[in-house]
Formats: sequence, structure tokens, C-alpha cells
Amino acid sequence: MKQFIEGSHAVAEIAKLCRPGVVSAYPITPQTHIVEDLATMVAEGQLNAQFVNVESEHSAASVVLGAVATGIRAYTATSSQGLFYMMEVVFNIAGMRLPVVMTCANRAISAPINIWNDQQDSISLRDAGWIQLYAEDNQEAVDFHVLAYRLGEDKSVMLPVMVCMDGFILTHGIEAVDIPSQEQVDKFLPPYKPEYYLDPKNPMTLGPLVGPDYYTEARYALDQTLKETLNIIPKLTAEFAQVFGRNYNGLVEEYHTKDAERVIVAMGSVCGTAKEVVDEFRAKGKKVGLLKITCYRPFPAEQIYNSLKNVSKVAVLDRAVSLGSYAPLSSEIKAAFFGKKKKPEVISSFIVGLGGRDVTKDSIREVLKLLTARERCGEYIDLKPELLKE
Amino acid sequence: MDNHLFTAGHTACAGCGQAIGARLVIEAAGPNTIIVNNTGCLEVFSTAFPESAWGVPFIHSLFENAAAVASGVESALKFAGKKEGINVIAQGGDGSTADIGLQALSGMLERGHDILYVCYDNEAYMNTGVQRSGLTPFATNTTTSPQAGSAFGNLRPKKPMPEIALAHGIPYVATASVGFPQDITRKVKKALSIKGPKYMQIHVPCPLGWRHESAQVLPVAKMAIETGLYPMIEYENGQLIGVRKITQPKPVEEYLKLQGRFKHILNNPDALKLVQEVADRNIAKYGLKAEAVSNQ
Repeated sequence: MKQFIEGSHAVAEIAKLCRPGVVSAYPITPQTHIVEDLATMVAEGQLNAQFVNVESEHSAASVVLGAVATGIRAYTATSSQGLFYMMEVVFNIAGMRLPVVMTCANRAISAPINIWNDQQDSISLRDAGWIQLYAEDNQEAVDFHVLAYRLGEDKSVMLPVMVCMDGFILTHGIEAVDIPSQEQVDKFLPPYKPEYYLDPKNPMTLGPLVGPDYYTEARYALDQTLKETLNIIPKLTAEFAQVFGRNYNGLVEEYHTKDAERVIVAMGSVCGTAKEVVDEFRAKGKKVGLLKITCYRPFPAEQIYNSLKNVSKVAVLDRAVSLGSYAPLSSEIKAAFFGKKKKPEVISSFIVGLGGRDVTKDSIREVLKLLTARERCGEYIDLKPELLKE
Repeated sequence: MDNHLFTAGHTACAGCGQAIGARLVIEAAGPNTIIVNNTGCLEVFSTAFPESAWGVPFIHSLFENAAAVASGVESALKFAGKKEGINVIAQGGDGSTADIGLQALSGMLERGHDILYVCYDNEAYMNTGVQRSGLTPFATNTTTSPQAGSAFGNLRPKKPMPEIALAHGIPYVATASVGFPQDITRKVKKALSIKGPKYMQIHVPCPLGWRHESAQVLPVAKMAIETGLYPMIEYENGQLIGVRKITQPKPVEEYLKLQGRFKHILNNPDALKLVQEVADRNIAKYGLKAEAVSNQ
């Protein structure tokens, strides 16, 4: 049923419908509304779960780790510094092959401290071994959580999934969202029944010390499995479409890319703004398109190559910086074309929307204006040069 | 393969007090127990893949988060309706308990989880090579509180972990020693019979880090008790319900001289006096001295 609902409330609703047995989180803006709602649902008996109020994000991640290792589905959510404080647990969860699902309400990283949106937090944890999905709007944010549990808990996957949604823009944005019914969710998402978990009837040791004889193989297996999920995700999104009527078509979304001469590549809520600008240019007969990266980890290099190989000019928008190097998404987009015969003439890279600076239609128009034969490398859009003077 | 829940064949050093302590704890707890272990010697010497010494379900995640992981395990068991009849024990060394894991432990105690936390206290970071921890005793020579120049080792007293645990208002807090195995067994069984968070701190000599002969682990452990330097105490619902009495407290030199880590202060009367004061304070504070027989 469609509801006019805040993104955080919508995510809490879908988290509830996914029937987690343990919910644990530590408050951080802009994640708070999600877990406040879940706490209320548990208190009111709408959600049968243990809500564990922890003393830090490090413990929030550790609690869901312990719960999933005991064979029970679990949920957590965080943002920014909270995600960084969790970092070693985040890596550990993936290494232990525990299908935790976490919402990351994307927020800038300190210093300077800033509670507003960019994607530096989750991007910085790209190497953790988690599947990372980026939502454009709150419908996607809702749907990706159901997909996340189903995908992560798949016997051939057994990996954690991070659903990334732009802080404030989505978490506090109110939109019409179709919240699925419990029947729909139950149909798509069976109960979690892992093969291995902590059980006195069948004792096993989880998290052993692994030396040079086996460590490489453990990490290789994790890496291979993560890459193999590129083949599983499209099958699941197709099945998802049958149950829920919305087709996410796998790993990337092509928006007017087929005949496009210029294509913007982006992740998250900025894609909505970019689509409007694409429409505007298309109305004037200009062949502009958008390639939205939904799945950032594993990185869908082949799909990206196929979508962009015939495009003349590509503009990659990064809402994060790899300080002192190429912008994170742009460097990987470029890598997807390394050694290929077909490739865009220009792949320009732009940094947009840091620390909550709005990415407006004018920002996107500026990107397209700068998308010329001269390749741009990490050019900051909407930078205020007057603030950089002594 | 024997029926032990913590089997022989692990790679602990000869005379490792922690290995003895861990075996006593799990044997007392029994097979319906899930162990959550911090990183440290115990996890390293008992779980080197593809082998494991554990006959019960065992999970190790990180250095400092056993209390939090155990909170998740316990919450999951509660959700599944399986908590009754399954013990959850979180355990770690002194560093992972009193230093890096103190926050997670405090959270676990404060939230009221039905978990027994066991700290195996060998009084330094032994797994990384004998560095000072918050539970390293006064005047100990460690690799990061060295006896060098005018310095005579660790300048600070042990962090009062039992009192910190007690301050959380939890139902059971006890210290114990591998020098008194039956006492450990009794305290573990008692702790596990009580619902809620429990804290136990077990004194476990480390021949390598304390620099004594491997065969001396039990005499050394006993002498810590006999001098009053390691009080064996037991609290239930905040009340001190028992201490191990000492008939005639031994001078602290009797304990210190058994170990290389205190060698540097044996000829230092000022330092010895300060260490004796630590023991005397313990004896007075907890009433460790037994009444003379003639008074009865």
C-alpha cells in the first residue's frame, strides 16, 4: 500500500516486515528515526524481537554479529563516524560470512564535523567484503532491504549487505512509498536457516586463528563469492519483480543511455536530480543519459562497460573523495575500460555534494557544460573560490 | 578425542595458568555452554585452524568485543526461546577486559544480560610479549613498564575491576585463583545458577611473562593469595559473602622472589615497603586475616 511517509519510517517498517529477531543500534544523526521507530515497534509488541540498546556502534555491530552467528536474523543501522567506529567489526562480519543487514544513512566524515549528506562513510568501507547497494529514492531504500536479506542469506552467498541511503535527503525526505505487505515479504524472504551456527548440540569453533597456510584461501573465497553475487543479483531482482511488481533490473539502471552521446554516472539520490536534467536535455533533442550504479560492491564492471562502451563522453559524479588521488567511483569506472578497444573518448570526474551541499539541477547542468573534449579529473562542482582565500 | 570440553593438545606454553583456568571454567559450566572469546593467548593457543580444543560452541570475533558479541548471542537465544538451559560465557584476558574491552563489558553488565564474564588475569599483555595492562600490579617489570635507570617498573596499582563490576549493581562478582581449583569450580557453578550478569576474575600465572619455572604455577598462584596481594573475594547482590582467609599472611617478598618480573625490587626496601602496603590494605579492606584459634 502506498503511503506518504518519511524515509526512515519506511525503512523501519520494512525492517520490521523482514522479521529480525535481534535489533541493535547506537544513535547517530541521521540514522536515529529508523531505530527509534524499531524500538517503539518492539515496545508495542508489533515486532517480536530483542532490541539491544548498546553503548557504542562497535558493540551494535558486535551484537548483530553474535546474533547472526547464533542463527537469528539481525538488523542494525548507522552512519558516518558510527560506521567508522564499527569498522573492524564490519570487516570481521564479512570475514566470518555472517549475513547481517545494515542501513547506512550516508553522512559526511569529520573533520570538520558535519552531520549532512555525502557518501564518504560507506565508500571508505568498500573493501570490507560487504555487498553495498545505493538507493536513489525511498522506494528503493525499502525494497533493497528485502533484497539484502534474501541475497545475503542465500546459501551460495552468506555475506553481509549494506543498504546505503543518503542522509536527510532520503532518511528525512517524505515521499509516496509502497510498503509491501507481510505476505509479499514472507513470500520472497524465507526464514533464516543457516547451516552453521552456535549450537551446543553441534559444537563448532567460529572465528579461529588462521595462519599463512589457509588465510589466503579464506580471503580468496570471500572475494570470489562476492564477485559471484554479480550473477545472483539480477536473478533475485527478477524474482523480486514478480512478487512486488518493481523491476530493478540487476546492478545498474540505464536511463536513456542506449543512443546517448553524453552519460552521467552516479549513485544514490543525486540520480533523481540527474534524471530531471536528462529529461530537460532530451526535450531539446540532446542525446544525454544517466547510468545509475545500484550495486557498488561487488563492482559491476562488465555491466558498466556494456552500458558505456559506445558513449562518447562520460561524466562520473562522486559524492566522496579519495584524498590525494582519483575520486573513488571515477577511478573504478575508468578501470572498467582499461585494455578495452571500445571506450568513451572522455571520462571526466566531478566531485559533488560534500557535507550536505545541495546538488541542484544547475550543478548537473554545470557538469554537462564541463563535459567537453578536455578531460576533467576530480573537478569540484559548486566550489566557492572566495572561501579559499586567506 | 576424549570427552573433555577443553581438550589437551592445544599450543599453550608449559605451565600456562590460563589454560588451567579455562579448562576448570568450561568443565564446571558443562556442555550446554556457548563460549565467546576475546582475542588473546587463550583464543590463539586453542583454535589454530584447522584444530580446536573446544568441545562446546565457541566464537571469537575481535580483541575487545566478546562482551558485546555475547550480548548478541544471549539476545538471539532469548528470541529463540532457547536461553533456559544454555549458559553464555564471555571471556578474555586482563588487557581485553580491563583496558580495550572495558566499554563493551560495562555495556553488557549494565544491560543486564544473563552472561558470565570471566577475566583470566595474568597481569599483562602476554600474547604480544608482556606489555603492561591496567591489571599489571605495582612495581612489575614489563616490556612497556621496564625496570630501567631509576624507574622500577609499573608505577600504578591494578585497576579495581571487581569494584568496577560491582558498581554496575550486578548480582555476582568474584575473584579466584588457579591455585585453588575447587574454588573456581564452585564459583562458576554458583555464578551460572544466578540470572543476570556475573563477573569473575581468575588469577592465572604466566610462567613466560612472570618468569618463573613452569612447574611453579600453582605455588606461585597460592603465594599471591597467602600474601594478601590477590584477595579471593565473593560478592552476591553487592554484599561481600566470602573471602579466602589467611591464617598467617606471608611477607610479600615470599611471592615476589619466586618471579623474575619483581627481581629488581627485591633489594629495594622502599619498593618492598610499598608492595607490602598493597597487601596490608587488601588484608584490612576485605578482612582476610583469620582469627587466631585461641580466640575461638
